[in-house]
Amino acid sequence: MRKSIFKSEDLTVRFDTPEGEVQAVSGLNLDIAAGETVAIVGESGSGKSQTFLSVMGLLAKNGRASGKAVLEGRDLLKMRPSELDVYRGRDISMVFQDPMTGLNPSLRISRQLTETLEVHQGCTRKEADARALAMLEAVGIPDPKRRFRMYPHELSGGMRQRVMIAMALLCEPKLLIADEPTTALDVTIQAQILELFGQLKRGFDTALILITHDLGVVAGLADRVFVMYAGRVVEEAPVDDLFEDPKHPYTKALLASTPRIDTDLESLEPIPGRPPNLQRLPKGCAFAARCAFAEAQCHELRPPLKSIANQRTCACLLVEAEEREPV
Amino acid sequence: MSQTLLEVQDIRTEFPVSGGGLFQPRRRLRAVNDVSFILRQGETLGVVGESGCGKSTLGRSLLRLIEPSAGRVLWQGEDIAGLSPEEMRLKRRDMQMIFQDPIASLDPRMTIGDIIAEPLTVFERSLSKAERRSRVLDVMDTVGLSGDMLNRYPHEFSGGQAQRIGIARAIITRPKLVVCDEPVSALDVSIQAQIINLLQELKRKFGLTMIFISHDLSIMRLISDRIMVLYLGRVVELAEKSALFADPKHPYTRALLSAAPVPDPKAARARQRIMLRGDPPSPLDPPSGCAFRTRCPLAEERCAQRVQELETVAEGQEIACEVVAGSL
Ligand SMILES: Nc1ncnc2c1ncn2[C@@H]1O[C@H](COP(=O)(O)OP(=O)(O)OP(=O)(O)O)[C@@H](O)[C@H]1O
Ligand SMILES: Nc1ncnc2c1ncn2[C@@H]1O[C@H](COP(=O)(O)OP(=O)(O)OP(=O)(O)O)[C@@H](O)[C@H]1O
Ligand code: SF4
Ligand code: SF4
Ligand SMILES: [Mg+2]
Ligand SMILES: [Mg+2]
Repeated sequence: MRKSIFKSEDLTVRFDTPEGEVQAVSGLNLDIAAGETVAIVGESGSGKSQTFLSVMGLLAKNGRASGKAVLEGRDLLKMRPSELDVYRGRDISMVFQDPMTGLNPSLRISRQLTETLEVHQGCTRKEADARALAMLEAVGIPDPKRRFRMYPHELSGGMRQRVMIAMALLCEPKLLIADEPTTALDVTIQAQILELFGQLKRGFDTALILITHDLGVVAGLADRVFVMYAGRVVEEAPVDDLFEDPKHPYTKALLASTPRIDTDLESLEPIPGRPPNLQRLPKGCAFAARCAFAEAQCHELRPPLKSIANQRTCACLLVEAEEREPV
Repeated sequence: MSQTLLEVQDIRTEFPVSGGGLFQPRRRLRAVNDVSFILRQGETLGVVGESGCGKSTLGRSLLRLIEPSAGRVLWQGEDIAGLSPEEMRLKRRDMQMIFQDPIASLDPRMTIGDIIAEPLTVFERSLSKAERRSRVLDVMDTVGLSGDMLNRYPHEFSGGQAQRIGIARAIITRPKLVVCDEPVSALDVSIQAQIINLLQELKRKFGLTMIFISHDLSIMRLISDRIMVLYLGRVVELAEKSALFADPKHPYTRALLSAAPVPDPKAARARQRIMLRGDPPSPLDPPSGCAFRTRCPLAEERCAQRVQELETVAEGQEIACEVVAGSL
């Protein structure tokens, strides 16, 4: 049975800047169940990271979040920092793109890992050590006993990323948010980490939110996909449907511009131009300036995200809901 | 058969590094280790491998931006190691380089027009100001930059535009060879595709010869004619693109290909992955014999005995692995 773990409603993130307000994320609605993997894809600057930094209470000082971000009935956005602290690292953890942001450079790997266990779970030092070592082993760190005594800078990028993941997993969170967890890694290491996420999903029933710009990573791991453009979700679909039958012009264009290792392509179809400046978002559809299908109305009206089929939404003026099949 | 533009023989590049402790002697890190290949006029050679395998060092060594410590680089038959710094500088008119980080590689205090024109002020000093300007506008048009951006500064440009500026600057002297070091790795896919198409167009239009460095095999499949796979500074496979993708032979190439993600969920589920264990070893302390043996699924005792030499195993396909070569 589907057990909803986390739900966001109209989640919006704004930043105050000297040049005016930046609306980095607008009205995100997301619902994720135990054991489910949801991917958030989109170009650089489309709002993927800020969405979930806001959920973790980690926005920059000039940022504000509104709407709701509900973890098992409690709205994280309304919690006091001390209260949020209890949830972070226990029920919800985040793996960052740059593993150095998540690791304390002056602490040995052992201490980074055992601290949360002692604080959040009341483990003794000995218990904590044993569990941490077992987890390092589980995430595929070679020679974990020796690495346990090292500092972050003594490890390779791939190993640091695995330590971050081990840290995030130690408390067996209900929701794990992974922000570009493999972008900085070589493909052979990336494959190891993705395999690890796959095991997690099967073994621990963890709900996983995977933030990435890499459609290959999405295809290999996600159950459902949200495509973001300029701070908004433009399409949401189960993974097979999205790749087989993309509906939104941006999703189609993104797939057509992605090189593939498994086929000979003559050339790619690039998307012309570049994403809009979030401080000066156009009045109509944010993708209109680059969209091959744009019509006059696209420059005037902002397309709402609407349901177009079972489990599918799309924000394009030209995409209509499918006729419902008679039951 | 087109003629040979560049012939590289057993090139080796080392860096002195500290021994790790106060009283440790300085050691030498061999970043490029006995690499040999031939580059024909008009072809694109892809260089691929994991971080630290020596791709950038190889590219820079070929242009003598770093001095190789051994081996020969023959440019149209002439050994460029013997050239004086001044002679080498003039040679670079024919050999240019494009870098990964587009914005950081442009001087922030110079206008775009001046940045693009700079090679002309070195190599074609006799040009008048008007001629120079017209060449700059010409090349800006070729790479898809509008001429009215001439007086703007690098920080005003996006990554994709900055990369176009880098390309314009590299091709303005109409070089024969361009070494592209991860030219699209820092860009979003939609912008990446624009730049790849531009490079392909330049190749068609001007018969440009390219060495294209990337860690991304799906881009290699699009742009290269031949591909060289490096591991810890050595060539492990060198093959025509079609052979490499249809039937990769070296165990490392196979693992790389199988690990690369495919943007297609059904294909991804159907794929057999060869999962490698661990990380590449430190180049300061490479394993004896075949450097890949610590991660190789086929490793045998003999792999530790001697360094593997490239040998031809199929038409247009060479690998450095006696185990696989012996089984064919
Ligand atoms: N402190 C801040 N002040 C103002 N704007 C900000 C701030 N932090 C982020 N932004 C803006 O918010 C937008 C969304 O940023 P976000 O980091 O979520 O993008 P992203 O989709 O994660 O991109 P990437 O793929 O590059 O990581 C960006 O346009 C960014 O410039
Ligand atoms: N200036 C230097 N001094 C010392 N060692 C260096 C220097 N430059 C590179 N190296 C080392 O040489 C090896 C090859 O580096 P290189 O930058 O050529 O690799 P690469 O394949 O381009 O990697 P990447 O994919 O990360 O760009 C690495 O081990 C690197 O640490
Ligand atoms: S609303 Fe118009 S511009 Fe926007 S994606 Fe749809 S067709 Fe394109
Ligand atoms: S020589 Fe041995 S270790 Fe090296 S690639 Fe071949 S089988 Fe593997
Ligand atoms: Mg981000
Ligand atoms: Mg490099």
